[in-house]
Amino acid sequence: MKFSDFVSVESIRSSVHATTKEGVIREMTQSLVDSGKIISGELDGIVKAIMKREDLGSTGIGRGVAVPHTKHPSVDRLVGTVAISHDGVDFESLDGEPVHLFFLLVSPPDRPGDHLRALENISRQLRDDGFCKRLKAAKVPADIQDLLEEADKNGFVS
Amino acid sequence: MGSSNGLHARPADLITREARRWESRIEFIGESRRVDGKSILDVLTLAAEQGTRLVIEATGPDADKALEAIGRLFDCNFNELGEDNLNPIG
Repeated sequence: MKFSDFVSVESIRSSVHATTKEGVIREMTQSLVDSGKIISGELDGIVKAIMKREDLGSTGIGRGVAVPHTKHPSVDRLVGTVAISHDGVDFESLDGEPVHLFFLLVSPPDRPGDHLRALENISRQLRDDGFCKRLKAAKVPADIQDLLEEADKNGFVS
Repeated sequence: MGSSNGLHARPADLITREARRWESRIEFIGESRRVDGKSILDVLTLAAEQGTRLVIEATGPDADKALEAIGRLFDCNFNELGEDNLNPIG
């Protein structure tokens, strides 16, 4: 699965305003509402579901990256977005480091395979330190979009 | 891989956490790649769905115990029973 298969480019944020875990999750979910990927009436329910998942264990998987996510019946395909915090946010990460790169995913309850393939793509690309560094240095959403497109082109499609 | 959600983020966290407790080198071998069993990013690249066959290889002084401990996590499906009521996929 490629980034372009699930990342809503209109929802990409190159500099989040929020400074807390829930704040970032809400800001990113709102960006999916603003781009029409999620209906606005579901915003609170989705934020709550993502926070509930975080309670089971942080999705801050290390290297300054977090993948907050949930299943939700209001979406009929996997939707996601990317955001960057230049200051970093305390996400109770597995390695204790602040998080700068966020990949938020909302998937239909009956499609666990798509979720796994999105995680596979994200983790495979993020093992590349150069990719992480360049993403963190992005100044505008178009920079992030370019990097994701480049990764889609270079990476093998699975 | 028995769990219906596959090897998603939470089980990957659980097994890599367990793997890091042991001195032995631990590797997971999926359908197309071999990865470091102590790295969550590596393990997530396996994208192992339900029904996928994974081989776990441990090399070192505590290899047997490490395999046993990691195997136990798979045997109990990462304690996911009933978790779907709560929400998650991973």
